[in-house]
Amino acid sequence: MSVVAAVPQVKAQAAPRNLGDQILRVVLRAAALTLVLLVAAMVAAMLHAAWPAIRAFGFRFLVSSTWDPVAEQFGAIPFIYGTLLSSLLALLIAVPLGIGAAIYLAELAPAWIRPPVAFLVELVAAVPSVIYGLWGIFVLAPFLRVWVQPFLGKTLGFLPLFQGPPYGVGMLAAGIILAIMIVPYITAVSREVLLAVPTAQREAALALGATRWETTRIAVLRYGRSGLVGAVLLGLGRALGETMAVTMVIGNRPEVAISLFAPGYTMASVIANEFAEATSDLYLAALIEIGLLLFVVTVVVNALARLLVWSVGGPVKAVRE
Amino acid sequence: MSGLAATAAGLVVLPLLLIFAFLLWQGASAVNADFFTHLPRPVGEVGGGMANAIVGTLILLALAAALGLPIGIFGGLYLAESRDRRLPWVARFLADVLNGVPSIVIGIFAYTVIVLPMRRFSAIAGGFALAVIMLPIVVRTSEELVRLVPASLHEAALALGIPQWKVLLRVVLPTARAGIITGVMVAIARVAGETAPLLFTAFGNRFWHQGLDQPIAALPLQIFAYAIAPYDDWHRQAWAGALVLIGLVFIVSFAARIVTSGRLTGVR
Repeated sequence: MSVVAAVPQVKAQAAPRNLGDQILRVVLRAAALTLVLLVAAMVAAMLHAAWPAIRAFGFRFLVSSTWDPVAEQFGAIPFIYGTLLSSLLALLIAVPLGIGAAIYLAELAPAWIRPPVAFLVELVAAVPSVIYGLWGIFVLAPFLRVWVQPFLGKTLGFLPLFQGPPYGVGMLAAGIILAIMIVPYITAVSREVLLAVPTAQREAALALGATRWETTRIAVLRYGRSGLVGAVLLGLGRALGETMAVTMVIGNRPEVAISLFAPGYTMASVIANEFAEATSDLYLAALIEIGLLLFVVTVVVNALARLLVWSVGGPVKAVRE
Repeated sequence: MSGLAATAAGLVVLPLLLIFAFLLWQGASAVNADFFTHLPRPVGEVGGGMANAIVGTLILLALAAALGLPIGIFGGLYLAESRDRRLPWVARFLADVLNGVPSIVIGIFAYTVIVLPMRRFSAIAGGFALAVIMLPIVVRTSEELVRLVPASLHEAALALGIPQWKVLLRVVLPTARAGIITGVMVAIARVAGETAPLLFTAFGNRFWHQGLDQPIAALPLQIFAYAIAPYDDWHRQAWAGALVLIGLVFIVSFAARIVTSGRLTGVR
């Protein structure tokens, strides 16, 4: 490290003299500034474009459940509800599986299994979401309609969650497809977190006579808790903003329904479906305001996630998004 | 408990295998030579292909690369080498923020800054949106890889009296080249399948490329449109499109791995 630290000083003396150095400096700094300006422009452009809706509806936009383009009345509640419910459903399925798989990979599995799994996660990250959506429409939704939903309706139908006609497409399908999409991320980041837990922790627990599972539970999971929460939040961040796959299976109806069988709508999918067809300026502004909301929420969730993951093992590098 | 954990690992992998299986099964029967050489046919006519969408996707990727790569690579070089106090920190943070922004939001951004002033959907707007999505990935991987270039190499070049800019452009960047190319390919593979930001920027088109200021077809857009249409024939084409798209993505990803495995191994 000391050698690396010494480099900047050498550069500090050499840098300002040469014209080429100065030009390159300007170019490099311009590139970095472009990135900063881009994000600033993004916020500014969206605020500007959403302004008519913000002015017209104010806070009401966030609490109204009316979405009526004809009467130009816009409220975001059905979409906020749909985004939250589908993401929550996805987490309910993906978190136990993801963390379980991470425990297996980090603590129990033989070493040779790790590279293929890391490769698989990379592979999955590369699958475009429209392909998950395609599979969701033609395989998952019919499967849910014919097998899963009638069964759930018969056995758990007394719960309002599982009532209503089995369409296949709907909130349940959206939650499951989201879970499939985020579980590799949760697995990969959790595994990184678990691997970052110091060996001394495990050895101490084993030395006290703990079994392997007790060691994992007491020494590893507890130590890595905040990192695991971070991993879950990273998954949540993806689920909140996921667009195509959800749009293709959620049914796209702007209603707040309790049943998981009912069609819903999410913030991302209403933008995907209606943006190019928005007929009035106010309609468009309302959609852009939803985009702005989505932007703010995902930025907060991601920032929080990164802080938590870093708190355990430093920046996660192996996982690319 | 070990059994449970292993089961969880299996359940994580299972749906992915199912998806690949269906993709191969459904897609393989619909991919043929026509698919790569013909325009889409109107509803009701059998046959036709998605040649225009394949070309469109390649054009969009080229545009995105032309816009995003120079800024991304130079930005990464800056982050790795700069001794400024605030800008690197801010840029790094914003790159991570940008990476987490849903791609549909980036589509809205491209719409407001390009489609609205131009008053039409265009290939440029689509390419711009993809470039913005690529940028943070390229910046961060370039930074990581430039950092991995041994300091001794850097110092040796400086000790020979070579000016800093030449050291960076002729010694540091070429040394990190293989890794940076990998990062670039990963970024391209990632945006190749993006659909959401293209919905209201590139918009899609049923004809051949008609100029960069016109709407352009893209493979993911076509898959989406065909998948939600009510025609069986289009559904078959959608599966074929999906198979071709994933083939494209995987070829780029695998190529990226091969590039890396040559030099700077262990660097990802």
